[in-house]
Amino acid sequence: MTGPRPAARRRRPFGEVPGLGTLAAGFLVFLYAPIAVLVAYSFNAGSIVMVWTGFSTDWYARAFANADIRQAAFNSLVVAVTATAIATVVATLAALVLARGGRFRGSEAVLGLISLPLMVPEIVTAVAVLVFFSGIGLNLGLGNVVIAHVTFCIPFAFMPIRARLDGMDTTLEQAAQDLYASEWATFRLVTLPLLMPGVLAGAMLSFVISMDDFIITMMVAGAGDTTLPVYIYSMIRHGITPEVNAVSSILLLVSIVLVTLYWFMTRTGPGTARR
Amino acid sequence: MTTAGAGAARPRAGAGGAGPAAVALRDVAKTYGRGAHAVEALRGVSFEIRDNEFFTLLGPSGCGKTTLLRAIAGFEQASAGAILLFGADIVDVPAHRRPVNTVFQHYALFPHMTVAANVAFGLRRLRRPEGEIARQVAAMLALVKMEALADRLPGQLSGGQKQRVALARALAPAPKVLLLDEPLSALDLKLRQAMRQELKQIQATTGITFIFVTHDQEEALSMSDRIAVMSEGRVQQIGPPAEIYEHPANRFVAGFVGDANFIPATVVGEEGGRVRCRTPAGLVLAAGAAPSPPGGRGTVLFVRPEKVGLVPAGQGTVEGRVRGLQYLGDAVLIEIDIGEALPLVASERMARLGQAARRPGDRLGVVLDPAALQLLAG
Repeated sequence: MTGPRPAARRRRPFGEVPGLGTLAAGFLVFLYAPIAVLVAYSFNAGSIVMVWTGFSTDWYARAFANADIRQAAFNSLVVAVTATAIATVVATLAALVLARGGRFRGSEAVLGLISLPLMVPEIVTAVAVLVFFSGIGLNLGLGNVVIAHVTFCIPFAFMPIRARLDGMDTTLEQAAQDLYASEWATFRLVTLPLLMPGVLAGAMLSFVISMDDFIITMMVAGAGDTTLPVYIYSMIRHGITPEVNAVSSILLLVSIVLVTLYWFMTRTGPGTARR
Repeated sequence: MTTAGAGAARPRAGAGGAGPAAVALRDVAKTYGRGAHAVEALRGVSFEIRDNEFFTLLGPSGCGKTTLLRAIAGFEQASAGAILLFGADIVDVPAHRRPVNTVFQHYALFPHMTVAANVAFGLRRLRRPEGEIARQVAAMLALVKMEALADRLPGQLSGGQKQRVALARALAPAPKVLLLDEPLSALDLKLRQAMRQELKQIQATTGITFIFVTHDQEEALSMSDRIAVMSEGRVQQIGPPAEIYEHPANRFVAGFVGDANFIPATVVGEEGGRVRCRTPAGLVLAAGAAPSPPGGRGTVLFVRPEKVGLVPAGQGTVEGRVRGLQYLGDAVLIEIDIGEALPLVASERMARLGQAARRPGDRLGVVLDPAALQLLAG
């Protein structure tokens, strides 16, 4: 071996910027330590948040026994599932039109419109939706929340679907048509199965976004339509108990599971290897 | 239509055979874009492809051959003209209702379906009974020797295997015409040569009309019953391989199909079916004229390198001096200065060469047989 040893070479860049290691450590501590503490104290036996008295899963039992929490969790699920379903269908159709429908006047503008909600500050959307709903006198209870969630979930569902479609070879669709498949059969048998990883990724992303949303839901939700994040916020106002930690931990777990699935789905999947 | 794979080869369609042409093209044109940016991919293409024929569209990239194939398949809408399939106009028939199938350049196998499901796809869409589908899929996989891999996914196959599956899939519905879009271009040389013979064989066995698109002249010459040479959206010549090679209609065909020497020349007289031509350097040579009358852009004399005869100095039609040699293994290309602007290239088989290796500077006689020389439009 004549050159520098690979191991030594690989280690060097890390130390080249002075203080980068410290900075990175600080970042990790400030980002993840509170979350770790939150999860740890959800298993605290005592009722004072930051005083560890022993291990217990009582607070989880308490949380599950709490009818209000169950109702809020149920609302969250209903909203997330419905909004995700609608947003994913709309996003899939939009992506199909933009990626397969040929160029049409204003297609660039449409793409911009779909992505715009990602750029608009959430509080602006929240206030606007609230004012709009009360302005037209729309009062569908949880339905209002669902509509609001659909609007901001669409761009999140759209992105992975569009990316998947752009990477897909159009000759596969031509091959299907060449083999006597009508447009609908081509979509059902070739386009959709190959697009599925993108659709599932989009659905999961929008489900997580919907489950976690606070600001818009806070504004739009009526008295009986509280979702889990909004309920957690109201619990905190009455003082933090480990019950809050337990509920938050469950929410965190659901998000992590879904994001992990999303990560795997966008990386591997049938049809990734083409040609 | 006979069922494919039954070995029921019908008699080859003779010239002017009975029944309508498999495919008839009438003034087919295709223009992309509009106004100043318009690109004419096809400019009034008209010809007929006979039933049970191995027909090749040959030309450089951008000549319109793939556009023409896609227009027959239904993936492109012709801007003008008519496309007739066994006498029926199919211009307004959507791709999925045309009884033609395509072998795509990069195979386009459905990655989420097994080999067997890929081959069965067309038959399922045609709502054939399951028993018939199973039999036909088995027959097709046997035809391309892929029975053992029926349950694999396309991702687990090699390029050559994918090629075979793509062929089986396109043949399974027993199309009236099979379109092949440069199907061998992604394979390596040895495999490509083996597949040529196999494709030819399959065409003969099934009796299906093959329309094969390629830019490879060797492929076209070795497989086709007839070849249409295309350039700039037009058909330059149609004919059997030997005719295309031996008697090219114009300079483009001569230069694209095989190697060629071109010597600018003007006609100075005629005698007994031959024309007498004079080159810029003052050589007067007798030559046959091209089938079509030479056009106005000047004329050239054309001769294939292997038809240039080499004899000892003083015995040839023309005297020359060796300028350079190019060793090709089985043959050697010899550049000979005969006083013209460009040297003449002759090719000599190595077997015949023996010990008498030529060297740059050697003097030799060049025989330009009037039968091998042709006058072409420039």
